[in-house]
Amino acid sequence: MSTVGIVVISHSRALAAGVAEVARAMGVGKAVVEPAGGGPDGGLGTSIDLVEQAIDAADGGAGVLLLADLGGSVLTARLAIEDRADAVFADAPLVEGAVAAASMAATGAGLATVKAAAEAAASHRKT
Amino acid sequence: MSAAAWIIRAAALVASEADRLTRLDAAIGDGDHGHNLDRGFTAAAAAIDGAAVDREAPPGRILIAAGRAIVSRTGGASGPLYGTALRRAGKALGDAPVVSAAGLGDALRAALDGVTELGGASEGDKTMVDALAPAVAACENALAEGGDLETCARAAAEAAAAGADATVPLQARKGRASYLGERSIGHIDPGAVSTALILRALAETAS
Repeated sequence: MSTVGIVVISHSRALAAGVAEVARAMGVGKAVVEPAGGGPDGGLGTSIDLVEQAIDAADGGAGVLLLADLGGSVLTARLAIEDRADAVFADAPLVEGAVAAASMAATGAGLATVKAAAEAAASHRKT
Repeated sequence: MSAAAWIIRAAALVASEADRLTRLDAAIGDGDHGHNLDRGFTAAAAAIDGAAVDREAPPGRILIAAGRAIVSRTGGASGPLYGTALRRAGKALGDAPVVSAAGLGDALRAALDGVTELGGASEGDKTMVDALAPAVAACENALAEGGDLETCARAAAEAAAAGADATVPLQARKGRASYLGERSIGHIDPGAVSTALILRALAETAS
């Protein structure tokens, strides 16, 4: 059974990789989490080519959820899925959202449920 | 109007102003605007100059190809925004072999719609929309008065420059500058400045 794929987009290659690492651990070996971090030249920034490659890598047939840190990452994420019906963007905090999405994806839940889990993470308080 | 000439002129202006744009961005943004945009427009100009784009293609197609290069190579928030603007403008022009004055008005309007849809900014938020929206309105006004392509482009460029200057007293509500609250007041918005620059290139090449 394929699970919803998750793409973590950040201006920083290290940040995207780190968030993906944490989210994968929460996905208990079942969630597919692909990082797309850094700009076209590998420095800080966002690359639509990297985002599109990550979407393809995360796509196992059950749809793909995108999470982004801020600014240009968000715009690039939304632009990358403009013409795709099987990929959606989650308006969620990057770390909490990715962890929530990976946890839910690992249960085999559908794209809408995984998106809702990621977005609900915005209201998880730490105090 | 030659879309290729516009993009190549815009790339030259962006390159010559890259340091200034980056300096303006360092005041309230993350200090990369000029060089990001330079990379994007250089890639667009190279695509047009090289084999990637047929320079004899309809202007709309050239703008779509330029938009794709800009999205791909810019790296900052300005990449998706300017890329969308050019792609939408190109789509509005379609396969028309020449750009009419009305066609330019439609293309600029489509560019503005694309930018506001993607970025969610309104006029007064201290963004590129503060240059682009008055430019579209000025072009449409010029058209309503029977203006030709050159008049419309010049009106757009002048309104964009004035719109950019008018961002100085505004408080930013989008982008990194919005984190600064009232401290963003008193600085010109670099995105509005680059929009004015790109429309200046349009006015210089529209005839």
